[in-house]
Amino acid sequence: MTFARHALAAAVLASAVLPAFSQAPPSTPLKAEVIHWWTSGGESAAVKTLAEAYKAQGGLWVDTAVALGEQARSVAINRIAGGNPPTAAQFNTTQQFRDIVDQGYLNNVDAVAQRDGWDKFLPQLVLDVIRVNGHYYAAPVNIHNMSWFWFSKAAFKKAGIADEPKTFDELFAALDKLKAAGIVPLAHGGQPWQDGIVFTATLAHYGGRDLYLKVFRDRDPKAIMGEDFKKVLLAYKRLQGYVDKGSPGRNWNDATAMLINGRGGVQIMGDWVKGEFAQAKQEHGRDYGCAPGFGPKAPYIIQGDVMVFPKTNKPDQIKAQQLLASVITQPATQVAFSIKKGSIPIRTDVDASKMDACAQMGLAAMKDKSRHLGNGEIYLTPDQNGALQDVITAFWNRNVPVEKTQKDIVSALRN
Amino acid sequence: MKRRSLAAWGALLPLAVIVGVGYIGTVLWTLRTSMSSSRTFPRDDFVGLQQFERLLESDRWMLAIQNVAIYGVLYITAAMVIGFLLAVFIDQKVRGEGVLRTAFLYPYAMSFVATGLVWQWVLNPDSGLQHAVQQLGWSSFQFDWIVDQDMVIYTVVIAGTWQGAGLVMALMLAGLRGIDEEIWKAARLDGIPAWRVYLSIVLPMMAPTLATVFTLLAVGVVKVYDTVVAMTQGGPGIASDVPAKFIMDHLFSRANLGLASAGAVMLLVTVLALVAPLFYVRSRQKAQGGH
Repeated sequence: MTFARHALAAAVLASAVLPAFSQAPPSTPLKAEVIHWWTSGGESAAVKTLAEAYKAQGGLWVDTAVALGEQARSVAINRIAGGNPPTAAQFNTTQQFRDIVDQGYLNNVDAVAQRDGWDKFLPQLVLDVIRVNGHYYAAPVNIHNMSWFWFSKAAFKKAGIADEPKTFDELFAALDKLKAAGIVPLAHGGQPWQDGIVFTATLAHYGGRDLYLKVFRDRDPKAIMGEDFKKVLLAYKRLQGYVDKGSPGRNWNDATAMLINGRGGVQIMGDWVKGEFAQAKQEHGRDYGCAPGFGPKAPYIIQGDVMVFPKTNKPDQIKAQQLLASVITQPATQVAFSIKKGSIPIRTDVDASKMDACAQMGLAAMKDKSRHLGNGEIYLTPDQNGALQDVITAFWNRNVPVEKTQKDIVSALRN
Repeated sequence: MKRRSLAAWGALLPLAVIVGVGYIGTVLWTLRTSMSSSRTFPRDDFVGLQQFERLLESDRWMLAIQNVAIYGVLYITAAMVIGFLLAVFIDQKVRGEGVLRTAFLYPYAMSFVATGLVWQWVLNPDSGLQHAVQQLGWSSFQFDWIVDQDMVIYTVVIAGTWQGAGLVMALMLAGLRGIDEEIWKAARLDGIPAWRVYLSIVLPMMAPTLATVFTLLAVGVVKVYDTVVAMTQGGPGIASDVPAKFIMDHLFSRANLGLASAGAVMLLVTVLALVAPLFYVRSRQKAQGGH
């Protein structure tokens, strides 16, 4: 009964969503075990769209969800090293899986990448991460921007701010007004990774694109010790003056709740925040505003999720991996997934009409290549990134002289 | 006789194998890894003491060590003093002893994570104790240690003590009950005040119990991790970081097996340095025919 229903659903999906896919589904479905950490409400709804799309094209999705990214990745790595790898495993679009590539633990999906022309539609930054020595080692699932600015309309109204800030200076002005109105200007969760997000946003939007690349990509000691970067650090520290006393240790969704009930004015956080607004039945434009940066040329900071495919010699597993890589990157799958997840698709040649206003802003930004910037982890190893985070969070929380922080960042990025 | 010892050895063998492979083997492996440049996966190269140098240069590691030292001294002292006083209190043949004993021991039945979360809520300045007291009218009341860089480690001590004192009480109470009634009677005849009896007679007689309690608490100090993660996540910033958290962070999210192993080795060496004199004294006592 259920089988028949599933088969029917699969057939309907296959014919409705993918009319171009002419290949008939094989008689025995290609089994693919996928390790991922999409466990929250919206996330598991999103992963379900992947599973269904995969099933519709002749696969069988075996779900191994492990809560927390760190945990899921270490499960994947342990199983890869232990010789019992899953068919696919989720990683972030970062250097996280570089070691596994270098150790030769991954299958490449060159065949799919060449057939589907990944080079033509993937952003260069994503390509740089998944392509190692000319081979494609991961299938990108989505793009997240971790550093959006979110504004509470209720708080802005109370503070008498008519327009959302258009420059970083206007942001400071707005924060001052919010403070004067007795509202927590910057709703911030004081956890190291969130401190890092604010830093990334400050460096990109206050320091600018060139400085950003010099610090994160080139790890240039001269730039880090320079006057411009010092100004960025001081602006970052200035932002810290706008948080409330209860900030340390707060979760990001609790900070978003402050925006929702008008107790907080601005939050700097990733696009997953939309899920919280949606749950509180708040709408963009009416209750909250969003901006990926300031101005039409503002940098758009890219990160996201990928699937990697651990090494195996079993022919049907390799087939499953290739089918997965192809299904994941198809436009229809991309849109369906991102609508639920709150992210944006990895390609811009999609029908964005069903996506929300913020996501459409993001897609518009993605169309302009000169706006692309990678998140820190796209350029840095997990170790460098972690060492940097320690310095940044210490600077945010403590009274560390800015010159010492500059020196500490140089040495954090040296290793 | 010989066959019996053979059987005993046979029974012990599985344990010996587990200890040999599971504990000593992994310790050796960690030692080896700490001298390699391992990242996500173990590597076979040899880089000498490079990882240890980096460790000692790391502000975060030094802070973690400092924190665990503060935590260790205060937590062990506080848990032992409070635990002992509770035990003495219960030992006064109070009514409802069973209820009190259970109440005091209850926190120990809670996991570290639950303990950490509870205290996080209690100490949160916006919604916890501070807020409640201010609502009651004492508006200048301030207790925001958990968000204070310099005080946060003491909040971990509070939570740890709250959780651990009950167990200390139970063990101490057992120790107190083991003291012969005759001693009390003799002391009473001599007119010695009760506090003096506790301090000068009972406590020295309870030395083995004290040693057990100390060891249990000390082990808890070295592995303190869950409470910190649940309560402060090592924050604000890295202010309440502890070595175990440093090691776990580098082991998993930072994919730096080498540095994490170096941290683990440092921790082991520290523990050995603390425990070795204790064992030495004990073995000397045994050799001299004491017990």
